[in-house]
Amino acid sequence: MSDILALTAADAAEEIAMGRLSAEELFAAYRSRALADRDAGEAGLNCFTWVAESTPAPAPARPLAGVPLAVKDLFCTEGVPSQAGSRILEGYLPPYTATVVRSLADAGAPLLAKTNQDEFAMGSSTENSAYGPVRNPWDRGRVPGGSSGGSAAAVAAGLAPWALGTDTGGSIRQPAALCGIVGLKPTYGSVSRYGMIAFASSLDQAGPITRNVRDAALLLAHMVGHDPCDATSIQFPERVTLPHAERLDGIKLGVPAELSQDGIAPGVQRAFASALARAEELGAERHDVALPHAPHALSAYYVLAPAECSSNLARYDGVRYGMRAQDAEDLLSMYTRTRHDGFGPEVKRRVMLGTYALSSGYYDAYYGRAQRVRTKIAEDFRAAFEQVDFILTPTAPTIAFLLGEKTGDPLAMYLNDYCTVPMSLAGVPAISIPCGLSDGLPVGLQIAGPAFSENRLLEAAHALEMAFEFDGAPARV
Amino acid sequence: MIGRDEVLHVARLARLELGEDEIEPMARELSAVLDHVAKIAELDLSGVPPTSHVVEVTGALRADEPRPCLEREVVLSQAPAVSDEGFLVPSPQA
Amino acid sequence: MSEPSPGAAPVAGGAIVAGVAAERSCEREWEAVIGLEIHVQLATATKMFCSCALSFGEPPNTHTCPVCLGLPGSLPVANARAVHFGLMIGLALGSELAPRSIFHRKNYFYPDLSKGYQISQYDEPLCRGGRLGEVRIHRVHLEEDAAKLIHVGASGRIHGSDASIVDFNRGGTPLAEIVTEPDLRTPEQAGEWLRLLRSTLRALGVSDVNMEEGSLRCDANISLRRACSEQLGVKTELKNMNSFRFIERGIRAEIERQREILQGGGEVVQETLHFDPDSHAITSLRSKEEAHDYRYFPEPDLVPVATDGAMLQAARESMSELPAERVERLHREYGLSAESARMLAFRGELGDYFEAALAAGCEPPPPAQALANWLTGETLARLGEGEDPGDSRVRPAALAELVGLVSAKRVSVGAARQVLDRLVSDGGDAAAIIEAEGLGAIEGGDALEAIVAAAIEANADAAQRVREGNAKAIGPIVGYVMRETKGRADGTEVARLINAALGA
Repeated sequence: MSDILALTAADAAEEIAMGRLSAEELFAAYRSRALADRDAGEAGLNCFTWVAESTPAPAPARPLAGVPLAVKDLFCTEGVPSQAGSRILEGYLPPYTATVVRSLADAGAPLLAKTNQDEFAMGSSTENSAYGPVRNPWDRGRVPGGSSGGSAAAVAAGLAPWALGTDTGGSIRQPAALCGIVGLKPTYGSVSRYGMIAFASSLDQAGPITRNVRDAALLLAHMVGHDPCDATSIQFPERVTLPHAERLDGIKLGVPAELSQDGIAPGVQRAFASALARAEELGAERHDVALPHAPHALSAYYVLAPAECSSNLARYDGVRYGMRAQDAEDLLSMYTRTRHDGFGPEVKRRVMLGTYALSSGYYDAYYGRAQRVRTKIAEDFRAAFEQVDFILTPTAPTIAFLLGEKTGDPLAMYLNDYCTVPMSLAGVPAISIPCGLSDGLPVGLQIAGPAFSENRLLEAAHALEMAFEFDGAPARV
Repeated sequence: MIGRDEVLHVARLARLELGEDEIEPMARELSAVLDHVAKIAELDLSGVPPTSHVVEVTGALRADEPRPCLEREVVLSQAPAVSDEGFLVPSPQA
Repeated sequence: MSEPSPGAAPVAGGAIVAGVAAERSCEREWEAVIGLEIHVQLATATKMFCSCALSFGEPPNTHTCPVCLGLPGSLPVANARAVHFGLMIGLALGSELAPRSIFHRKNYFYPDLSKGYQISQYDEPLCRGGRLGEVRIHRVHLEEDAAKLIHVGASGRIHGSDASIVDFNRGGTPLAEIVTEPDLRTPEQAGEWLRLLRSTLRALGVSDVNMEEGSLRCDANISLRRACSEQLGVKTELKNMNSFRFIERGIRAEIERQREILQGGGEVVQETLHFDPDSHAITSLRSKEEAHDYRYFPEPDLVPVATDGAMLQAARESMSELPAERVERLHREYGLSAESARMLAFRGELGDYFEAALAAGCEPPPPAQALANWLTGETLARLGEGEDPGDSRVRPAALAELVGLVSAKRVSVGAARQVLDRLVSDGGDAAAIIEAEGLGAIEGGDALEAIVAAAIEANADAAQRVREGNAKAIGPIVGYVMRETKGRADGTEVARLINAALGA
């Protein structure tokens, strides 16, 4: 792999700013690798659904200096296909660009490619894409995780310097863990959702997927901010800064039994335990904390997210854009056939589940209850953060599983989100960093903090990252 | 356990066609998930208010000032069927 | 206990009999119970959840954006002015304004609904309760309007055509939905109340409230019950009545339809009905299978509306005097009849003209009621009933002056009518016109007495009959005097003079 492609995004930006590297050269190099992966078909990773057709003019003196960015396909990009991994949006060209993509482009991170993903962000393996599964660069017979699998695989394989993903129940963190890289889900509301093709509105958040913590901080710094086009967006209370910490002295780390024992694969448990030991060596204090409602988080999530998605996906009706079933004799069959043909099985399941949970007679038992469970989970986190600075868990219960291993069992697939969903429900920020290997495959450590604690979270993650010295080289293409 | 009739009713609400061979598997899969999520019925949640917005923000109103609209040709450019400057659809109740 | 007096038993018996008779009669009578659901298009500059300018008949699909088109990834943001207008409506209706209200999604599929759901309000609306006139308000909430569906095909109606075209210009227009309690009892009462609501909303300036243009829409919920019953009968919802006349007709027709069913021992089915104003036919708009399950849940893309002190203050400051208050004040301050007060209050432009006329300080001053009568009667008859006198050549001061002169008998009613004609066509001052055209009243005095004498002489037969006690015979004699004086004499004075001369 060429030198310039080995540079982290932050380092590449520095090199370009110093005049030691040409932004155009960097972009062209990445572009040709992306095209190579796309053209490799089955032999490639299938990370990309679209690659930039040309190299953009350099962006003089912008903070991100022209370091190219891979963007998950569900971000609307004007004039560029934005399909959200679905057949129903095949070839759809939005007339506008998502706020966060625009902000990053303005900051000097031009669009390199759109990445493959689980359809409408529903999935934990990227096997639900209408455009074929993505393969894990660590082992091409395995999944990269999902739903931001294309972004994660691309970054891990060195096919993109950094990428944007979205996280609803773990869709940034879990693929980051399975691919041995860094993924951050920010505090809900910190990053604009305008232009993000919606899955579950009260949970979706855009976040960075990067090679290291410093790159994540750099990207995040240019993503956060109030957007008048998004009523749920908030002004981030401080500037996001680049982390430097190498120690954790005085930091209290909480480990919830509910999320670190049952259902976690032994290899992951071992890696997690050794990560905790390392943290203590860095001066951190380990505490046990309780998140009593965490075991119910997955259940609540699989009511709330499908409910919101069933409503968000109602607009895919064949009237104004996207696929429309041909030869429908009347309006009703136009609707039902379009959605039957255009949605994949997982999306159909969740639309059905969500419709059911909201329907007359069932609202209180399902949606109403799940909203209340959510309140308790948020309370659990607030209480825990009164005792500790951060909460640590394994990011995912297992290492990357085989392609096809869990596709026959939706429930088994849902369990991949077990450790990440509680943070999504509470709206608190969480980062996954690679902490070791199990059977030669990466294990992710999740660190969660209170709302708007991203700066301190990144510092703690940085210190741990330095200590872990995780080598991501085996994945590089 | 969600039965066939209920599946068809929900599919109708969701405007999702289900082939004859898809109904049973859907019923089974939904039932499995519903059995799992039914766990939340165990909890005592009396007096607990629901959370619609996890970060408490209010206000967020927009000034009543017009901004440029999309050009019609752009609006209609992605439409599956167009007629007379509008989106053509089969009539309701046709 | 003493024996009841002989009179008591028949009275008691009579009362019992009367009571039974009354009971039977109220059991036989049907009472209509009517509630209204009104949608008001708000006169904001932009749509409810996006910054598209509102469209008034522009070419299709030229007033849209990713938000109101429901494009993937778009998000709504609520219009501050629409909320402001909503609060003003709540204040005008005496409602309780919720300190915190939220938006809900109402989910259903229809081509005119771009997102597959309408953003509305459900159980936490902007305003609750209130009253306007005799009708209690249930709630007021904000929501977005649907787009327009234009049917193509032979008949142009929904049934029987092949295709439709959707125009999203209207989609997303802000609406305030006002729901009343079922306090109305007759179609006329409903029409009258709706007029009061309309003039109130117009005075607020929150909407054009024009039924023909669609900025005011009204559906009615109608049920029947026995006149003495407290319970409500099965109600139907009647839609598609887009004028005041149609509303009254439609409600009347539906009451009749339900009465016939119930008289015949049948049951009214709860359904949504469509009124055809030409044929008066009432047809079912939506069959029972299509009964919607809207699956309401709180809109996750919007945050709650927190109505704070500043917003309430701003709403209050934007309120002018409302019709109901003005009726009261006009009656109180000027001693106007209830009918005059209502007319001047319901049509703000008339009330404004009236008060401007009084404020002109003319001498002699016009009596308030007389001025009101001249304005709403003679003046509007000449201008056109629906016209705004403020737009005419008749200045308020001129009308006030004229009425003052009439009351002071300085000009006769007949002559004053001629003066008014002149004011309408040319403007100017009443006194100047009277002077210029010699229309001043002929007061009593030699000249008039001479004419009276001549009139009596010319109508000797009539004069004789009057002397003999036939008061009505005076007509031709009065007529003679009026002709001679070109209407400038005061009719009453002339009659008095004639009678005096005839010793009658």
